[in-house]
Amino acid sequence: MAETNEGRTTPAQRPLSPHLQIYRPQLTSITSILTRITGNALIVASLMIVWWLFAAATSDAYFAVADAVMTSWFGTLVLTLSLWAVWYHYLAGLRHLVWDSGRGLDLPTAEKMGWGCIIGSVVLTIITLLLV
Amino acid sequence: MRYITPLKNAQNKGAAGSGTEHHWSMIVSSVGLALIVPVFLVAFGRALGGDRAEVLSVFSNPFMAVLTALVIFFGLRHFASGAQTMIEDYSQGGTRQGLIIAVTILSYGLIAVGLFALARIAL
Repeated sequence: MAETNEGRTTPAQRPLSPHLQIYRPQLTSITSILTRITGNALIVASLMIVWWLFAAATSDAYFAVADAVMTSWFGTLVLTLSLWAVWYHYLAGLRHLVWDSGRGLDLPTAEKMGWGCIIGSVVLTIITLLLV
Repeated sequence: MRYITPLKNAQNKGAAGSGTEHHWSMIVSSVGLALIVPVFLVAFGRALGGDRAEVLSVFSNPFMAVLTALVIFFGLRHFASGAQTMIEDYSQGGTRQGLIIAVTILSYGLIAVGLFALARIAL
């Protein structure tokens, strides 16, 4: 230890980790944060789908209500965004499996996989929308 | 009296107290979900928008009923484990405990409703 706090009245000036307000966004950090946001946001679509299934199992009148919500412009918007979210989370999850195996941790590979998640999720969302 | 040394007690458990169990369960559930979610997305997308009789006939198909049950159960358990990681990153103490309990209840509650609905439709 070159420096100690011994005999000082003020703490040693050490570098702080970057504060969020001055943190320069990078592809790697943004794609990582998006993994968390998409994964957690999918609870909204999960609630809607389970509710819709429950309504279908219950009665014609209840199903009519759930179906109207799910197929309304708002329901369609939420479900379409959720479709992108699930594909993004899917690809980002595969990226984590690659990382967990100890591969792809260098910056160029990590950034390539980041673009792969962003572009791939949009492409897969469009393909799914064409299939349904 | 316990004949185990404090070091032995702590080894391989880490700060979480349960070692890598939580992380490993996320890996296992993610691989399982990766196999079934794409099929579910297309099947659900095709069923959505149909009238009630059509929806009931789609989900009473044994393959669809089993697939949907697996997606609901493992999807929501995977969600709860992931949400717990987020909660542990951003909150402390009682707030953390309360949020983890809430997320656990939400996930099992939703699983129960989903499986009940599927049972009523398919059986």
